[in-house]
Amino acid sequence: MRFSEQLEAKFNQLISAFPPGRERAALVPMLLYAQDEVGHLTPEVIQEIAGRLRVPVHEVDEVVSYYSMLTRKPRGRYHIQICTNISCMLLGAEQLLEHAKQRLGIDCGEVTPDGRFSLEEVECIGACCWGPAIQVNYDYHHWMTPEKLDRLLEELRKAQ
Amino acid sequence: MSPRLYNEPSPLEVKILTRRFGLPNSQSIDTYLATGGYEAFRKALEMTPEEIIEEVKASNLRGRGGAGFPTGMKWGFVPRESPLPKYVVVNADEGEPGTCKDRLLMEHDPHQLLEGMLIAARAVGAERGYIYIRGEYRYLIEILDRAIGEAYERGFLGDNILGTGMRFHVYTHSGAGSYECGEESALLESLEGKRGVPRIRPPFPATAGLFQCPTVLNNVETFCAIPAIIRDGGKAFAALGTPRNGGTRLFCISGHVNRPGVYELPMGFNLLRMIHEVAGGVRDGRKLKAVIPGGSSCPVLKAEECDLPMDFDSVAQAGSMLGSGGVVVMDETTDMVRVAVRIAKFYQHESCGWCVPCREGTTWLRHLLTRIDQGIAKPSELDLVVEICNNMLGRTFCPLGDAAAMPIRSFVMKFREEFEARLRRPMVAVPDPDSLVVS
Amino acid sequence: MSKLVTLTIDGKQIQVPAGTLVINAAKQAGIEIPSFCYYDGLSLQGACRMCLVEVERVPKLMTACTLPVAEGMVVRTNTPQVIEARKAMLEFLLTNHPLDCPVCDKGGECELQDMAFRYGAGEGRFVEFKYHVPEKQWSPVVYYDAPRCILCYRCVRICDEGLGVNALGVVNRGVRSEIAPNRGDHLECDECGMCIDICPVGALTSGTYRYQTRPWEMSHVGTICTFCADGCKTTLGVRNGIIIRANNRDRSGINDEFLCIKGRFAFDFVHHPERLTRPLIRTLSGFREASWAEAIELVAERFEQARQQGGRIGLIGSTRTTNEENYFLQKLLRQGLGSNHIDHRQSGDLVSLLMATRGREGALATTADLYHASGILILGADLSQQHPLLAFQIRANYRHHRARVYVVTRGPVREDQIAARSLRVAPGQELEALESLRTELQGLPDLVVLYGDSIKGSAVARLVQWCDSLAIAVRYVCLLDDANSRGALDMGLVPDWLPGYRSLDQMNLQPGLCWEEMLESEELEVLWVVGANPLRRRHLKRRPWLVVQELFLTETAQQADVVLPAASAYEKRGTFTSVCGELQQLQPAAQVPGAKTDLEIASLIALQLGLELGPADPDELLGEIHRTVDGYNVDLPLVAAGAAVPTGPYPDVAAVAVRVDKIRSREDTLFTAGSLGQRSQVLTSVREAPGSLYRG
Ligand SMILES: Cc1cc2nc3c(=O)[nH]c(=O)nc-3n(C[C@H](O)[C@H](O)[C@H](O)COP(=O)(O)O)c2cc1C
Ligand code: SF4
Ligand code: FES
Repeated sequence: MRFSEQLEAKFNQLISAFPPGRERAALVPMLLYAQDEVGHLTPEVIQEIAGRLRVPVHEVDEVVSYYSMLTRKPRGRYHIQICTNISCMLLGAEQLLEHAKQRLGIDCGEVTPDGRFSLEEVECIGACCWGPAIQVNYDYHHWMTPEKLDRLLEELRKAQ
Repeated sequence: MSPRLYNEPSPLEVKILTRRFGLPNSQSIDTYLATGGYEAFRKALEMTPEEIIEEVKASNLRGRGGAGFPTGMKWGFVPRESPLPKYVVVNADEGEPGTCKDRLLMEHDPHQLLEGMLIAARAVGAERGYIYIRGEYRYLIEILDRAIGEAYERGFLGDNILGTGMRFHVYTHSGAGSYECGEESALLESLEGKRGVPRIRPPFPATAGLFQCPTVLNNVETFCAIPAIIRDGGKAFAALGTPRNGGTRLFCISGHVNRPGVYELPMGFNLLRMIHEVAGGVRDGRKLKAVIPGGSSCPVLKAEECDLPMDFDSVAQAGSMLGSGGVVVMDETTDMVRVAVRIAKFYQHESCGWCVPCREGTTWLRHLLTRIDQGIAKPSELDLVVEICNNMLGRTFCPLGDAAAMPIRSFVMKFREEFEARLRRPMVAVPDPDSLVVS
Repeated sequence: MSKLVTLTIDGKQIQVPAGTLVINAAKQAGIEIPSFCYYDGLSLQGACRMCLVEVERVPKLMTACTLPVAEGMVVRTNTPQVIEARKAMLEFLLTNHPLDCPVCDKGGECELQDMAFRYGAGEGRFVEFKYHVPEKQWSPVVYYDAPRCILCYRCVRICDEGLGVNALGVVNRGVRSEIAPNRGDHLECDECGMCIDICPVGALTSGTYRYQTRPWEMSHVGTICTFCADGCKTTLGVRNGIIIRANNRDRSGINDEFLCIKGRFAFDFVHHPERLTRPLIRTLSGFREASWAEAIELVAERFEQARQQGGRIGLIGSTRTTNEENYFLQKLLRQGLGSNHIDHRQSGDLVSLLMATRGREGALATTADLYHASGILILGADLSQQHPLLAFQIRANYRHHRARVYVVTRGPVREDQIAARSLRVAPGQELEALESLRTELQGLPDLVVLYGDSIKGSAVARLVQWCDSLAIAVRYVCLLDDANSRGALDMGLVPDWLPGYRSLDQMNLQPGLCWEEMLESEELEVLWVVGANPLRRRHLKRRPWLVVQELFLTETAQQADVVLPAASAYEKRGTFTSVCGELQQLQPAAQVPGAKTDLEIASLIALQLGLELGPADPDELLGEIHRTVDGYNVDLPLVAAGAAVPTGPYPDVAAVAVRVDKIRSREDTLFTAGSLGQRSQVLTSVREAPGSLYRG
């Protein structure tokens, strides 16, 4: 299995960051970067990375199932992650999440039928002083309100 | 693209680590060099490793990651002579709810972090450094990688740094979603490509860390304080704070305040002043109800307990912890039961599952508190919450269990009437099944 | 000797070697500290938190399983705080544990039950719903019930550290964590079942034992596994004469808790529906059932004729019959019937080793030596397939003492994982390759060399010579196939020497025919086959009158004139000698009505022939062997008590001709074991490709 050129370069960089014989250390970021490109961790991706780092596939499975950002299930093109942890919650994050569910017509862990959006309630994302905060894929959006969320979803709906 | 984050500074701030925040191009090495950057490192090159460590000890710098362990002492534990390679590892996992300061330090002034790492490398003789960044902070990896590239270009990193023969390489490394990976030994496991499960200690990272080699592991902010300490001397840094609590630290004031933000204040700064004078007071003129002073792992303080200096020792004396500097402010409208449930949910979600009391205790607490919130519990079960917490405290494999039990116990003990009131509400016939699902 | 440290536990002052863990120090003082995840010999976890103790001047409770002793340390294991903590841990453990003890296989021997009984809280305060996932079947022999799992990781560690298989791991996190097999939904492994027995609760259960019985309904019989030559102790659970399970949870014997798939599961051949239970006599239209009296009379008649014709009878014996049986059989043949045509299928060349190491004490390694030696050299054998216990020992040695392991084999073997160096050579070329290891081996204090069937005859002598040139202490293991292969050689079940490797001259005998020659011989009137199946792959040239003692109607038995139903080793008393020379006692466990032991059968024949051969009782025969066979002059009460007693010293073996071309290993895998293996439903149902995990 081949990945894009940039990703291959990134893999090489990750592996070369460690002393010889310690390639396995590149595993966690490699999985995350591969997921970013492919969308989710398919069995093929897992097998490929396991092979490259010479880690048994089932040990890669152990790692994948541990980290909350790693997923084997496809997500929407825009993965809406709403922090409801304490600081954000104090500023209305739970209502924001409810609003998002209704607007998108999906629950947490689900994908809209058109595959555009998926929704997840997440733990603190390090934006406590600018909450309620959400992340769409890796992009942060701070000081969110239901209205701002509507506008954002509208934009993303139109995005190519 | 994520917006550049920066809140209006407060005139009460003492800007040491954050002094470049807001400068145009503050990320670039040119800005950094123009404002005294890498001078501390040049100075460190003239010092012996022992002198560097002595300077850090003199600064009374205590770890900014949460535990507040004296940094100089920690560096001193790294064996001088070792046949094994040594490593510098930056804990940029910033997962403690209420905390968002490391993000700013890396976003605005990445070279300051690199310089701190370089000085640490020089002090212990490490040749490789890793910045372990939580997966969500992807954009910071780009910023840091650019800064690292600049540092190589200007000769501050590489195999022959500034012609001195010193060798040091720095790499960024992404996590993938796990609060436990902020715990130092779990972080090292994750950095080795494994599940983020903590290790038995001793041995500590200083002697057997990454790949079982001697490792200096500190929080981002801790490393960022190093250049100032070497540049101006440990004494000067210490003098900014209180005895045994040197320097300034970044406080993340969030929640019900008018001007939430990250502020650099001297150690020992009064908490009430912080809320009222620095962060603009409680939102909408409401009354202060409670504060979590150092991130969600710390016991809550009632409003009347908040008149206290914010340093490790004073906050500990008040029965809480300074932790990671996440000051979460709650006004009189706050529903303490909901807050407790949310905290319980967080720790249950993040427990790695390795040890029994944490794995089972956090789960039990989450279910029980959810039931209490729904008003379908017996009053005696409030005592059970406290007992479960007591049964976890000090008995778990790593401090995550304590981090869960301490705040929850404090909420129930300090705001018991609110929990009791919940149980006097008319009973809900059936619990909301979704709220009981463990995710 | 490491230096001693003095500490106090519950007021008792004790001295233990530095580095001892508090949990073990307490055990030495007779104080039990409860634990689940701590398991002697495996890596430390600190996960179950059952072993928390108070240590003076330490504010928090400490886990005794991870805490090394220190001089002057004061430990308390019975304070209110400690008792409270244990109770709390048990309460936590039980929150998500299904309380289905009445239908759980582990009920009655569950460590969680025992602890709850001893230290637990009586009343439950947990009223939340329990997290549930369905039970899974991972292989024909392994089932996993995640809700019962307490995540002590014993199974994960025994599989990885103990077996070197690494087929188990942990997936998910937090309360959803569970153990998972290496192939996602199923296991690909050695199917040894170690994980099942090491599991303190009923999370891992055995496909063969589950829902069969309650532990207290069985009697437990300690005996020796009948399969490979390694001599594992096994405790058979027997109900109504039927073996229901095998394990070694009491960690007695040379194998500690180890058993492979054969030892743990393959006993089912004993109760196979095709077991022979009546003597069979050939008639023109096929076999007819006969009484024992009739069959023995007929056999004795033909034997008498053969004797009178000058001993024209040959015996092909077995590597699964006891020492006493083999001893008696050769005596019956040689003394009683005047024939020296006696043999069995030899799988390794031990006698050349005995000749090459004449006069040296301790030239043969014991099973324990494999755990203690600082160097191990494996020549031409896939130990993990053919000698799983020896492989287990070597891995433990590597784990605990960092033994230097060297491997010289034809293809990849599991021991490569732990090898300092591995060389790949064609069979028979091993000795040539050794030179490249010389400097490394010379640096070792001592070495154990294990060699397979590709090294035989003069090659053995050359091997010993080469090892002598290293000028270090070297001991040897000659690898042999079956449970009593070593004993068959020692008992003279061969045409070339008498019991104890005594020369034939002593009895004025010429070397007899070997087993292949017997099949071809024109001379023999009678061929007597005891527990062997030579006609599986070969045929008789000229058909002698054929008597076969067997469990099943094997290819050989099918051609017999008389078939006598024999008892298996799980049905009799006697001794086996393991590949490393330990003498161990068998105990009868199962009963298969109708079958007789080979010793009984032989003694009935002798009686019918009117031969005076001395006692034919296993214990008395062992006494005779003890007196007359060199190397067997060992502590018999110890053997009777169930210990594994090393035989030796071995006699000065006079030169005997070694029939090099007749020595060949059957090269069993973990999942094969001759005709017995074919009759084990468990062995035939697993679908593993042996060695696929390391042969890539
Ligand atoms: C559950 C848990 C989570 C932690 N998360 C973080 C974190 O996100 N960032 C951090 O710097 N330290 C974190 N720590 C503290 C680290 O274990 C460690 O003490 C710290 O990184 C050491 O650096 P310092 O001495 O500079 O504070 C965490 C500790 C625990 C127990
Ligand atoms: S299956 Fe058994 S041995 Fe394995 S972790 Fe669970 S309880 Fe322990
Ligand atoms: S609580 Fe939401 S980002 Fe920290």
